Parts: sequence; structure tokens; C-alpha cells
Amino acid sequence: MIRVYVPRDSAALSVGADDVAAAITREAARRGAAIELVRNGSRGMLWLEPLVEVATPDGRVAYGPVTVEDVPGLFDAGFLQGAVHPLGHGLTERMPYLAKQERLTFARCGITDPLSLADYMAHDGYRGLRNALAMDAAAIVQQVTDSGLRGRGGAAFPTGIKWKTVLGAQADQKYIVCNADEGDSGTFADRMIMEDDPFVLIEGMTIAAIAVGATQGYIYLRSEYPYAFDVLNQAIAIANQANWLGENIQGSGHTFHLEVRLGAGAYICGEETALLESLEGKRGIVRFKPPIPALKGLFGKPTIVNNTISFASVPIILDKGGEHYRDFGMGRSRGTLPFQLAGNLKQGGLVEKAFGLTLRELIYDFGGGTASGRPVRAVQVGGPLGAYVPASQFDTPLDYESYVGISAMIGHGGLVVFDDTVDMAKMARYAMEFCAIESCGKCTPCRVGSTRGVEVVDKIIANQDREANITLLRSLCDTMLNGSLCAMGGMAPYPVLSALNHFPEDFGIAARELAEAGA
Amino acid sequence: MSYLELYGDLVSTPGALLPIFHRIQERLGHVPEAALPEIAEQLNLSRAEVHGVMSFYHDFRSTPPGRCVVKICRAEACQAMGADALVAHAEQVLGTPLHSTSADGATTLDATYCLGNCALSPAVLIDGHLKGRVTPQRFDALIAEARAATQSGDHA
Repeated sequence: MIRVYVPRDSAALSVGADDVAAAITREAARRGAAIELVRNGSRGMLWLEPLVEVATPDGRVAYGPVTVEDVPGLFDAGFLQGAVHPLGHGLTERMPYLAKQERLTFARCGITDPLSLADYMAHDGYRGLRNALAMDAAAIVQQVTDSGLRGRGGAAFPTGIKWKTVLGAQADQKYIVCNADEGDSGTFADRMIMEDDPFVLIEGMTIAAIAVGATQGYIYLRSEYPYAFDVLNQAIAIANQANWLGENIQGSGHTFHLEVRLGAGAYICGEETALLESLEGKRGIVRFKPPIPALKGLFGKPTIVNNTISFASVPIILDKGGEHYRDFGMGRSRGTLPFQLAGNLKQGGLVEKAFGLTLRELIYDFGGGTASGRPVRAVQVGGPLGAYVPASQFDTPLDYESYVGISAMIGHGGLVVFDDTVDMAKMARYAMEFCAIESCGKCTPCRVGSTRGVEVVDKIIANQDREANITLLRSLCDTMLNGSLCAMGGMAPYPVLSALNHFPEDFGIAARELAEAGA
Repeated sequence: MSYLELYGDLVSTPGALLPIFHRIQERLGHVPEAALPEIAEQLNLSRAEVHGVMSFYHDFRSTPPGRCVVKICRAEACQAMGADALVAHAEQVLGTPLHSTSADGATTLDATYCLGNCALSPAVLIDGHLKGRVTPQRFDALIAEARAATQSGDHA
């Protein structure tokens, strides 16, 4: 019985993985070859999807991207024995894209069957929770604090401090909420964890629940992720059945119930207080802070709200210790970040690396340059509210503080690459337009500023009183930056100003004039 | 007409309103305005609150969609690979502008902002199925496939 792997990750499905899996099963039956087909997660080498792997005595051998038409030829060539083929890449683990990574959070991703609890356990699953069950609450929180883990959703707030606040709060009910509203373009790490290794998220949330004394958790998932919704629900059912969720978990006396809730297409619900409003069945309107959610969160109770990747990083921290995790990274950015390489790139995918590498390494060494073959002009880092980084800054080390130093942010680690055909004035206009579409409307700088922003950029593009309008745009951005209630209006100026500052020629002005206009 | 049988089991759920809307839309394809007063009464909310939530979220529609629902991602990663041109192509081929349903009720064309398939852009969601690397040519083939599936009634 030869084991063949075809991913079930939705990126793989989006380019025909189901059809390829069916074709392999059919072809094997026709030839009388005994195979066991496993639907694994994705390895994250997304440009090679569907990436088919075959287990051989030397390890798993990769072939991709495989189409239905390629299948008979693969059998002819002897791919079931790991034979050479034009689509072959040799041993998966030795492929440079993977071999150069430091996979902590995504250690199992693509290796296991996402819905096999046995597979999860065989690959170090639930070791972190087992350790946590033998520790007292403060010691668990201390491990997370020691790890240096900071919120992976973008705000980078120290996770341990948040947990400590919830631990110290007195209440009859506390909640654990996972922010899985991954709405930033260029990001898919949350989706991959949920589809490809869902138990690690469940385990991380369970550890959080035990650490702070919460008994109910919610995963707030964006509705654009229907596959993740199915996988999570199945994984939760399996975990409940095996008593890794529910009452008296593994006889420990701890109870934790977990439920997935769907968002409904509102980007603002990725902001934690808007998310809580939405979970409560209301409009996703941002709340004033304080009170912070750690003290008054869901239904007014102390609540941990963490990003998917933050929770998913907790099991390995509890398994190997906070110090092990802290040993990766640089400065105050400890551990690893799953960078997501997207947009106009030859080799888009997921690269988990310790903080401190550069955009240049990610774009060229991993990404292989643009898909179009044209020069890279700009990279938007950190989602639609992140700055456009020009080539002159590609060597800045990727850590939270260095990026703040160049008026940019790492955010959730998503990179969107544009070639030299991009019109940066159009991208600046889009940033304002997106903010106008998605603003919750509570505060004026965001609600009105974004609409005025679109109008002003239009005037600049149309060369209508250009210099005065550039001054006005800067003033408007200043108001939004400093006067908005949350990061939506407060950061939408980043892509706008970075586009204007680094690519003034796209706005019809020479760099010299820009300086004179008060840059 | 009562809609309660569709969502009665959800009424006592904490924060029930979004799950109720999702359930009704899943079953009926849309959330009829007529359902709102009853939901308000069941949840002890004002009709204004229920309408306010319904209208806040992009997902919920008060009128039935076309037989085939196409959502094209317009976010940055897809723009970097030609999403704008794909939208223009789709509007022409489907004979309906973005955010509308074609006159014959065949297709609803909508925009979405990120489907999490940013390494295989442009991305499109067709009847809930994610598609990647969608060139205009591939788009036409996928639409033909979706329509055939709708007609034969076996679309998953």
C-alpha cells in the first residue's frame, strides 16, 4: 500500500486538487495499484498546488503543480516509487523553500491529515496542553510571557500581559475569543492553520481557557472562509468526542466549550471590539476603550481576544518552554512569523521564519521575483492599512520596531508584491475607497475622511489644483491618523502617504516639488 | 408566513442575530424583509435594531440572488494580478455590472475583499467554490461549468 498525498487546503482546491485526487484514485484502480490516498494540508508552496506527494522509504517525494491530464504520465513514469518526472521536485523536506524555513507554529502543516486526531498526536499534538494541565494558572501565563509572544493579528501587544490581566480579573464567567476575521489582502496564514492543522488552534485556545479560568470560547470566522468553517466544526466535534473539549477535559476537572461563529463580510469586525459587538449579535461598531476587553469584553465579561496565529503558537510554547520560542527572532520581536507571499510573485506561499530577515530575501530568495517577470516596484506589507515599501527599503530587517522606524508595519505578515506597471496614485485612491466602504461609521475622521480622501486623490490625479490638494490630502491624513477611534481610520493613511512619498511621480509631481509642497 | 421553523432552535443562543440571518439566508438564499418583525419579537429587540444589523453586513441580502453567484476579489493581491481587468471582463460576459443580478436572473455579480487565496490570485468565488489563478479565459470556462452544474441540479 503506497501512500499518496493530495492537499485539501482551499488554495489547492481552487486550482483543482479534488479533480486530481479523483484522477489518481481512478488511475490507480485501473492499473491495479494499491494506494492509500491521504488528503493532507498544504505545505504552503502554493504556486506548486496541487502538490502531490508520494511516501517512499527515503521520505515524501513531491510533484507539482499536477493537473488531471498529468496523472497517467505520472503513473507511467513510476511516481508511486518516487521516480523522476518533469513535475518532480525530489524529497519535499529538502526543497529549499521549505528547508530554509523555521516552522514552529506551522510545524505540522501539510504533513498531517488535518482531521486525524491520531496524526495530530503522533506529531507532538496536545503535548502543550498536557503540560499546562499539570501547571498552575500563573505558571502557564508566565511561560507565555517568557516566550515574548506578541499579538500576531497586527497590533503586536504582548500576549502574556493580556492573559495576566484576564487571569487577575474576578468574574463569574470569562471568555476566550479567537479573532479569525482575517480580512487583510495578502494574508492567509489563519486560513491555513484552520484548514490544515485545526487542532493546534483548538489546543491553544484550550490552554488559554485553563490559564485564565474561562469555560466558553468562540472562534469568530469570516464568512469568506467556508472551507475553514467546515474543517473547524469537524475538528471541534472530534475533539469533543475524544474529551479534548467539553466537560472535565481528560479528567482534569477543567471544562471548555468551543463554538465557531461566522462573520458576515464586514472588514471592521477584525477590530477586536467591533468583533465582540458582532459576536453579541449587533452591528460591528467599534467600542471606546477603556474598558479594555480583558476586563469588560464579550457580554461585559473578562475576555481574551487573540488572533488565530497567536493561539496556534501557544501549544509549542507550552510544549518546549517559553525560552525555546524566545530564542528565535531579534530585538523585542521574539519567535517566528508566518510571512505570506502574495500578489505578483513567481513563488507565492507561506514562509515561517524568525523575525529579522528582509523583504529582499522573501521576495527574491523565496518568492523568485515577479510572476510577470517585470521589476518589483512596491510591496504592501501588513494588509490594506499597511505602507507601500519601495525597493530602497527592502533591506530593512523585518521586526516590529524596525518597521515602525520606516513608518510601516509588519502587521499580520502579509506581503503583496506589485510590478512596475502599478499606478500608485490608483492604489492610494483604493486605500481610501476601501476605508470608505468598510468604515463602521462611528467616528468622523474615518467615516467622512475616507470619502473626502477619495475625492481629493481624484482631484490630484485629474491635475486639479494639484499642489493645494496634496497639502489638503496630507492634512486629512494627519486628522485621520490622530483622530480616529481605531486602526481602520488611524492607519488607512499609511498606504496613502507611503504611496505619495515614495512614488510622487505617479501623482504627477516630481520629487523636488513634493519637497517644496511640505513633505 | 412564519419563518420561525427555520431558526427556532437558535433563539436562545447568546448573540443569536447573526446566526439566525445566516440560517435563513442559507435556506432561502436571502433574508426577506418580512422575516424581520418576527425575529425582533423573538429576540426582544426593536425592529430598528434588527434592520440595523441586517443592513450593516455586506453578506445579507433582502432579495433573492441569481441562480449563479459570482464574487470577484478586488483586494490588493488580486489587483496586482489583474483583478480590475477580470471585473471588466466579467461585467461584459455576464451582462451585468458589479453588485447586481443579470436581468434574466442567471447570475449575480458581486465584489469581495479577500478570499485568502492571495498567492493564487486573481481569486473568485463561484457558488461558494473558491477558484484561483482566474484568467478571463478560465473565468468563461468556470462560468460554463457552474451553469451546467446548476442546470443538472447536482452542484455541491
